[in-house]
Parts: sequence; C-alpha cells; structure tokens
Amino acid sequence: MEVATEEGLNKEGRRAGPVLAKNSSQAIISPSLAESRELADRVLAGDRRGVARLISLIEDDSPEACPALALLYPHTGRAHVVGVTGAPGTGKSTLVGQLARESRQRGLTVGIVAVDPSSPFSGGAILGDRIRMQELTGDPGVFIRSMATRGSLGGLSWATGDAIKVLDAFGRDIIYVETVGVGQDEVEIAATAHTTIVVEAPGLGDDIQAIKAGILEIADILVVNKADQEGAERTVAALQLMLELNHQPQGWQPPIIKTVAVEGKGIDALSREISRHRDYLQVSGRASLLRQHLAEEELFNLIRKTLVARIMDKLDRAELDQLIRDIADRRLDPHTAANKLIAQILE
Amino acid sequence: MPDGKRIRVLIAKPGLDGHDRGAKVVARALRDAGMEVIYTGLRQTPEMIAEAALQEDVDVVGLSILSGAHMTLFPRIMKLLKDKGLEGTLVFAGGIIPDEDVPALKEMGIRAIYGPGTPTGDIVNFLRENVK
Repeated sequence: MEVATEEGLNKEGRRAGPVLAKNSSQAIISPSLAESRELADRVLAGDRRGVARLISLIEDDSPEACPALALLYPHTGRAHVVGVTGAPGTGKSTLVGQLARESRQRGLTVGIVAVDPSSPFSGGAILGDRIRMQELTGDPGVFIRSMATRGSLGGLSWATGDAIKVLDAFGRDIIYVETVGVGQDEVEIAATAHTTIVVEAPGLGDDIQAIKAGILEIADILVVNKADQEGAERTVAALQLMLELNHQPQGWQPPIIKTVAVEGKGIDALSREISRHRDYLQVSGRASLLRQHLAEEELFNLIRKTLVARIMDKLDRAELDQLIRDIADRRLDPHTAANKLIAQILE
Repeated sequence: MPDGKRIRVLIAKPGLDGHDRGAKVVARALRDAGMEVIYTGLRQTPEMIAEAALQEDVDVVGLSILSGAHMTLFPRIMKLLKDKGLEGTLVFAGGIIPDEDVPALKEMGIRAIYGPGTPTGDIVNFLRENVK
C-alpha cells in the first residue's frame, strides 16, 4: 500500500483533479484511497494541518475529498453547530469571536467557519473575518477557517457543510458558522445549523418593515448587537412585536438578547441561551427530527449538485449554444429546451 | 458550483507598524485577479501569522512591513512556518525594505520583495507563475 508523504499530498492534493471535465472523453480518475484514508486518520488524530488540507481538498472538489468524508462521517454528529447570520455591519464576526472566547472559558473546544462572498466578476474574495478574532489565533483550542462562497448564492459556500463535518470529526465541541449576511441566506444556514442566531443592529432600519420577514421562521435566538447605540430599544420592541404576532403556543420561544460585542457585554447571557436551546433540542426530542431534516436537505443538495455537474459534462457544447441561441431568438421556449436536453441525457 | 482550485493568500502585517494602505491595495488586486485573500490586518505576531497560514491552508503568505523590523521578524516567521510543516508555502514581502537586506531575506526563503510603487500586476503574475 503506497504511503502518501507530506510532499506527495502537497503536489497531488493541491492540484484539483479533472473531476468532470467538459466534453472530455477520459474516464473519471479513481482517487487514491490511501491518500483519503491518511487524511481521515490525521483528522481523527487531531492533526490541524490535516484538517486544513482536507477542507481545501473539499473546496477544490478534489477526488480525495469524498472518500475521506465517507470515512469521517461515522465520527460526526457530536458537535453543536451554531449558525450566526444577519446583515453586514451588525457585528457578526466580533460576536462570534466573543462567543468563541466564552466557550473556551467553559473548557469547550471551538471551530469557526467564517464565510465571505466571492466576487461574481473575478471569482476572488477578501476574507476578512479573522481580523475580529485576533486573540483566538494563538489558542490551539480554536480552529478558524475562512471560506469564500465560490458562486454559491445562499450565504454559505457549498463546501461549508462538509467543512463543518471535518471540524466535528476533529473533535470540536461547538462550531460557529458565520454567514455572508445578505439575501436569502438565512434559509441555507437553517438547513445546516442546530441553533440559528439572527443578529440585528440599531440604525440599519429599526422599524418593523425593515426587519426581514423570514427571520422569525429560522431564528432560534435573536440578538440586538451594538445595543449601546441610539435606537436599540426600538429594535428590541419591533422584534418583540413580531414575535407576539407570530406567537406559537408550544415549543421554543426565541429570546431576544442585547449585546455590545466589542465590549463583551451580553455574551454570557447569549451563551446560556445557546446551551439552553441545545438542551431543549435533546429533551424535547426535536434533535432527532432536526437531524432528519438536515440529512434530507443535505441529500437533496448533493443530488442537485452532482446531477447538474454530470449533465453539464455530457452536454455537447455546440448543441447547447444552438439551443441558447434558439431561446434568445424566441424560436424555442426555455422549458421545452430544458426538457429536450434532459430527455436526451436520460436516454 | 465548484470551480476548482483557487490560489489562497494570507496578507499580514507583522509587528507594530500601522500603515496598511499598501497591504489593502495588494489584497484587492489579488482578489480582482481571482485569488482568495485572507486579510489578517495589523499587529500580527509571527506565531499568529504561522498559525493562520496553517489553519487557512494558504498557498502564499504576503508580509507587509514598513517599520524596519523585518530582519528580526521575518526569520521567526520563516522558522515557525517550517516548524508547522509549511515550508512549501510561497512567502513574499512588501513595504519599506532596503536593497541591502534583500539578499539575506532571499536566503531565508522569501521568494520576492516588492517596494512601494510596484505595479500590482507584477505580484499577480509572479504568484500565478510560481504557485503550484
């Protein structure tokens, strides 16, 4: 059995496999199972570099990634995954940094995944969330990974879920996931995290219309950060009114916590609510329902992603371009075109 | 959809110097060239830089320094990178670094040194050609 050296992994692991090259007739190359096994072993043994390397391979869709994830999957499910979402400027990164610090004080090991948007033009990204978590870098009990969305529109990278699993298998007790914070991303984090925190801040539109309607469906905990600023009480009142209008007689009642993250205020209270929600999930039996829901979301996401990639691989580019021209010139409607393509592929 | 490998770059300012405009210009240029830039900001210790490079699994570390402390800080950074198994990482530097220090820095393993006014395209091209 070949043993992959550190250098071997550097040379091969870093080069993204051809995966599904367009219009290529070469067979999909089988990943070296030895490399995947070695990576999985390193993660389980607590090797930080192994964790970092595997997350990169997942992001790059390298062939070693899926077998390694399959080996690690039985070792996941222990960590408490906490999603933190909210508009840009609400102080999510600072808040996550403070929560991580507080978790460490309680003796927990921490993983943080901080997601920032990729430029739709260049595909590049500035990942700046670590700046707000400076003092955590020296602590081996905190592992911080910055990820770019790489084209995904839901506020997370498509690889975020798998990166969380690696940190879970690595043994982290609590994993904070910070989303990009725009658009409809709350839905995606709710399909990934056990506890979802929505962060608001005063002055970004503190009346009831400005607070997005969807947040109540996914928020387990509402936070008003920068609570020392003008308008904080109005924001709290608006959230309280929304909660009253949407009151569910049974089940978890989302609390509203005021924080001033830069000063560390309100963090203990927030942390207690996160723990309380975790306990609620277990005691009420909702934990198992949640696990099923998350598994279903993940399965369908993976099916969608894999199917589309396989379809794109089989498409003849010239034929596709012709169809696109036909649609643009209104000789053919998009639905008929799509169904025609799919029928061909499924034959 | 996954789009394959992206070059990941850590941009850090070691030591106490507080002038980050140059570092930000470089960070933006690398982003516009399609790279993912982990920007860690000011006042990074060598330990913080090396640990961030490990966790983020970067291909490149860019060190920006204008305070003159490069001859003290850079050797520590290079040693820590090596200790963590990251000697394959491409390290480049920018800022105020006298010409007479360049040979010593190259000896340490710093692959390129860019003074103020370097066209960012030069840095982009260098990284594209040299990151495997």
